[in-house]
Amino acid sequence: MSNAEQSITLTCVNCPAGCRLNVVRDGDQIVSVAGYRCRQGIEYAHQEVMNPSRIVTSLIRVSGSSEPLSVKTKQPIPRHLIGDCLAAIQASFVTLPVTIGDVIIENVLNTGVDVIATRSLPDRTCRSAKVKA
Amino acid sequence: MPKVTSIDILIIGGGPAGLAAAVAAWDAGCRSLLILERDERMGGILQQCIHSGFGLHYFGESLTGTEYADRWISQVEERAIPYQCQTMVIDLTDSRQVTAVSPQYGLQRFQAGAIILAMGCRERPRGALAIPGTNCAGILTAGAAQRLVNLNGEIPGKRVVILGSGDIGLIMARRMVSVGARVLACVELMPYSSGLPRNVVQCLQDFDIPLLLNHTVISIQGRGRLSSVTIAQVDPETRQPISGTERVIECDTLLLSVGLIPENELSRSAGVLLSGQTQGPLVSQSMQTTVPGIFACGNVLHVHDLVDAVSEEAVVAGLSAVRWIEQYHCDTPEEDILCRLEAGRGIRGLVPQRISLPLETDYIVIHFRPFQVFQPGEIRVRADGQTLLKLKRRVLTPGQEETIRIPSERIREGRVQSIIIEAGDSLE
Ligand SMILES: Cc1cc2nc3c(=O)[nH]c(=O)nc-3n(C[C@H](O)[C@H](O)[C@H](O)COP(=O)(O)OP(=O)(O)OC[C@H]3O[C@@H](n4cnc5c(N)ncnc54)[C@H](O)[C@@H]3O)c2cc1C
Ligand code: SF4
Repeated sequence: MSNAEQSITLTCVNCPAGCRLNVVRDGDQIVSVAGYRCRQGIEYAHQEVMNPSRIVTSLIRVSGSSEPLSVKTKQPIPRHLIGDCLAAIQASFVTLPVTIGDVIIENVLNTGVDVIATRSLPDRTCRSAKVKA
Repeated sequence: MPKVTSIDILIIGGGPAGLAAAVAAWDAGCRSLLILERDERMGGILQQCIHSGFGLHYFGESLTGTEYADRWISQVEERAIPYQCQTMVIDLTDSRQVTAVSPQYGLQRFQAGAIILAMGCRERPRGALAIPGTNCAGILTAGAAQRLVNLNGEIPGKRVVILGSGDIGLIMARRMVSVGARVLACVELMPYSSGLPRNVVQCLQDFDIPLLLNHTVISIQGRGRLSSVTIAQVDPETRQPISGTERVIECDTLLLSVGLIPENELSRSAGVLLSGQTQGPLVSQSMQTTVPGIFACGNVLHVHDLVDAVSEEAVVAGLSAVRWIEQYHCDTPEEDILCRLEAGRGIRGLVPQRISLPLETDYIVIHFRPFQVFQPGEIRVRADGQTLLKLKRRVLTPGQEETIRIPSERIREGRVQSIIIEAGDSLE
């Protein structure tokens, strides 16, 4: 192994086998992947090592509502930005009413990804129907 | 006594199971339909699931629980299927009479042609674990904590230990971190996590939360509020704590994620027979319980890992209820049982447990859980002693419910009396 090479252990999440993958990385090159039982493991190793990303979900307190608003990044964002993204969500300002799918933060942290509402506030499903005999 | 309202299909529970059953029944032509939900709103447990990972199979995208629920609620709304929230069913009889209470309508009575049970499940509480120690605040189930945080915006504590590594516990580990708490450990009795690998990686590893396998909480300390728990390693064979491995963790909150049990009070009051393995009703492939005209689907029947499978099962229940009403509106026929299904070696929690007429589908969908980890694993289906099917799996684990499909043809022709399903190590 050359000096620049780095060995990383991962768990593949694509199926319940949860293979332990040993990945050797040199800069932005993957040198080798071992421990997978199928091709998906190799793809996962590349993705997780070079560009790990996650959908971030969180909550925002909204004045005028006793319930918080749940939100998510519309697409996965780089994993190292999770903390900053949570902070940006905390700092955002929301006015009622909100409809599911509304954009709450456009292009969060210049990732090109929007943060959107994952519920409506006030809730539109507290309806009751009286069924007549 | 309030007067009795007649309804063709009455659905108890407005979670994903109840919603999908209602949509399927409506689309099959039923127009006398009502969903009763005891919570303030529809959506069931999904309304508190703000994380993503729902709907990959059904909608081909990773939705949050709230978004998945919204898709189904919208379908219910589009069809104007009636529902009542804040309405709790308190009694159900074997002749399908329902008593419900709500602040809006008071006491209501219904006579239903068919009933669909869709009440979901509840979490196993501390009492079921019998951990010695003081009785103090700060101990709650992971699902209760999830509701507090995600729906009420309250944070139950600052230093958290999680007992059990089921998916709800894992999801809550990440959520507690995101709301500013410290999660000190996730403690699991078994040598493997019962949650999905995705959740182990993205909820624990991403945040450097240790997963302590073969460990348990042996005592709880605190006056008024929890102040610490003592954990210990267990012997993997006997599951008993090993003395000398005890360790005290200071914490103010203990979240329990130690299993789910179907909500079965109403099933019992209607005289529905329950399975000792799933703790839910015994059903046929059409989701009919042992009481004619009463059907069941979703977590009230068996605990599902994925909501997509709940919706799929609920559609079957909805269609079966419609067909039952069309055929047998007045009398209550004897069920024509073709074949029995049995859990053989290596598995438990088999659903359905019998196959009966009418059998219209080409395949019968069967769910079960492996008893232990088999890696690589094999599922064997035997019909009257002969091997019908052998299926290979890279791994079989109790943490993941398995679904298989077996062809209906020979069963329909009455050529099979009993089917046994087994799991074990793959011999190749
Ligand atoms: C924390 C957590 C995380 C999960 N993560 C995922 C995931 O990532 N991906 C995924 O696919 N699945 C996930 N699931 C699973 C999925 O949410 C469940 O399988 C699904 O919600 C079960 O649906 P259900 O309709 O059977 O039950 P529920 O959602 O529990 O709904 C049952 C409803 O019945 C009502 N009810 C009960 N008794 C009565 C009564 N007597 N009268 C009137 N109403 C009553 C209840 O109030 C409730 O609304 C998760 C579940 C939890 C709890
Ligand atoms: S490498 Fe293949 S077999 Fe192993 S966990 Fe990933 S998807 Fe499953």
